[in-house]
Amino acid sequence: MNARRKSHVGILLIAVALAVAPFAVGAGLGNTWVRILDFAALYVMLALGLNIVVGFAGLLDLGYIAFYAVGAYLYALLASPHFGLHWPAWAILPLGALVAGIFGVLLGAPTLRLRGDYLAIVTLGFGEIIRIFLNNLNAPINITNGPKGIARIDAIAVAGQPLSRGLEIAGMKIPGIYLYYYLFVLLALGIVFVTVRLQDSRIGRAWVAIREDEIAAKACGIDTRNVKLLAFAMGASFGGVAGGLFAGFQEFVSPESFGLLESVMVLCMVVLGGMGHIPGVILGGLFLTVLPEAFRHGAGPLQQAVFGKVLLDPESLRMLLFGIALILVMLYRPAGVWPEPRRRREMQGGK
Amino acid sequence: MDILLQQVFNGLTLGSIYALVALGYTMVYGILGLINFAHGEVVMIGALTALAVMKPLAAAGVPGPLAVLLALLAAALVCMALGFTIERVAYRRLRNAPRLAPLITAIGVSIVLQQVAMLVWGRNYHSVPALLPSANHEVLGAQITEVQILIIVVAALTMSGLMLLVNRTRMGRAMRATAENPTVAALMGVDANRIIALTFVIGSALAALAGVLVSANYGIAHYHMGFILGLKAFTAAVLGGIGNLAGAMVGGVLLGIIEALGAGYIGDLTGGVLGSHYQDVFAFFVLIVVLIFRPSGLMGEKVAERA
Repeated sequence: MNARRKSHVGILLIAVALAVAPFAVGAGLGNTWVRILDFAALYVMLALGLNIVVGFAGLLDLGYIAFYAVGAYLYALLASPHFGLHWPAWAILPLGALVAGIFGVLLGAPTLRLRGDYLAIVTLGFGEIIRIFLNNLNAPINITNGPKGIARIDAIAVAGQPLSRGLEIAGMKIPGIYLYYYLFVLLALGIVFVTVRLQDSRIGRAWVAIREDEIAAKACGIDTRNVKLLAFAMGASFGGVAGGLFAGFQEFVSPESFGLLESVMVLCMVVLGGMGHIPGVILGGLFLTVLPEAFRHGAGPLQQAVFGKVLLDPESLRMLLFGIALILVMLYRPAGVWPEPRRRREMQGGK
Repeated sequence: MDILLQQVFNGLTLGSIYALVALGYTMVYGILGLINFAHGEVVMIGALTALAVMKPLAAAGVPGPLAVLLALLAAALVCMALGFTIERVAYRRLRNAPRLAPLITAIGVSIVLQQVAMLVWGRNYHSVPALLPSANHEVLGAQITEVQILIIVVAALTMSGLMLLVNRTRMGRAMRATAENPTVAALMGVDANRIIALTFVIGSALAALAGVLVSANYGIAHYHMGFILGLKAFTAAVLGGIGNLAGAMVGGVLLGIIEALGAGYIGDLTGGVLGSHYQDVFAFFVLIVVLIFRPSGLMGEKVAERA
């Protein structure tokens, strides 16, 4: 009884913190940082999607960003002057989930019955191929507008009001990025809810069983191939939704946003946070969005101050640190910084 | 006809380079059952190191082929040290860990190598000086350069040497024994750690050679060249049957030819809808098709998930 009350208080505190966060951040650090918070919420969604694939089912997907790209371009094509279509966001987002899910199945079907390493390479290739297509499908029929990307995409509208215009309540103007923040946080919470429920469901337990021992799982009557496909499709569909939100938020998409490094970033969030452990993954997503930004603002001036000039490009320095972090975490904390207890035992126990 | 021959020849050149890289993947896979993701980046480091040695030598008036040879030696040494370090740092501790762990450290190593290369050599494309004889010869209507012939000959010689090493020497027998059954090999007095380190070192030397050849072929090198090359070489290894040395060679050459023919004819075949900038897509389709219809590759054993 007492514990339950405590957890209620905790939830309430988190809710209040989430609600005031943009205003506190906006007042203290400026609206650039509210935008970064918006992205943090998007990345948390992506990380949770990838967590289903990598964390729950133990399948390494290195081209996850391709599904994000599919969702983003679908939104861009259906809601921009490019084709003259202006579908509402609420029709496109579910469609994006569906289409990305189908892509996931198409990619997963031939590879999932093979060893995990193949999946890693095939998804890596798939991510690259999607980018090549996005870059080149501007001729002979202009579908994606090539490297220039698609601009003037419709903003996401709620109740007929585009969020980007902001809102005026009692004479106080709330900028669009604040509204997007609330939308993204709400949707991210929705995805958290879904993944938490999934984790404890029959399917979730089947995923964990496959991750831990595929043969034993099969022997228990789990149709391993279909269950793996389901994980793959579901992760992909989350990516598709996040991609649609990204397109509506940015009002611009180009192939550049969907490179391999983005896939690696999301993978880092999942792996460093703690594969399969939802709170760990959420924190991983938050930190890895916010830290690099802080780094970007801080590393240049810091080097300037210490060495008198910028020795290392902050962008490469950031990636370098990510690479090193991936190696170190795998070597010394293979289950992530904040792992699920069971996962920790599994990763440390050896095979 | 002459276009066909031209493309086959271009494919053969490219394919022999793929084969050299694919050998690195397949050797490591054969012994450890692990895909060394960072292998493509080793090729890149080899190419850029060789370039860094080649340029001042050529500027100092050292004759072209000698400069290339010295550069190759330097690149091979750097890459061998790199391969040894990668195995030691990123893989050895994880040999008995779940499969996901070494894959992720390999990604980490790739990123680190790429970023280091970017910091050292910058983001730009570097042009590789044409130090090797590059006269054109016309054979049956196709244009063939001496560099291309050199690439094919060098690759063929190196691969024959490797086959001899693996099949005829004591060391090669130890390697094959470790690949077959590490425990039993260890009982027979084979030092598994040494053999594994050796495998990485040999694979990396081949990667250095491939890096030098590929940059001589295209005339450019840059920090990002290893990624797509590695992907293709891996495809070649899978096509031939991963874990099988002869398979990697056949797969490499075959993939090179498929790619060259595909890029040469895709425009005609699709009525101009798709152009040759889709060249990189072929390798991927080959990979998918092989995985669907013959996951064991052309010459490999069954690899479908059983254990």
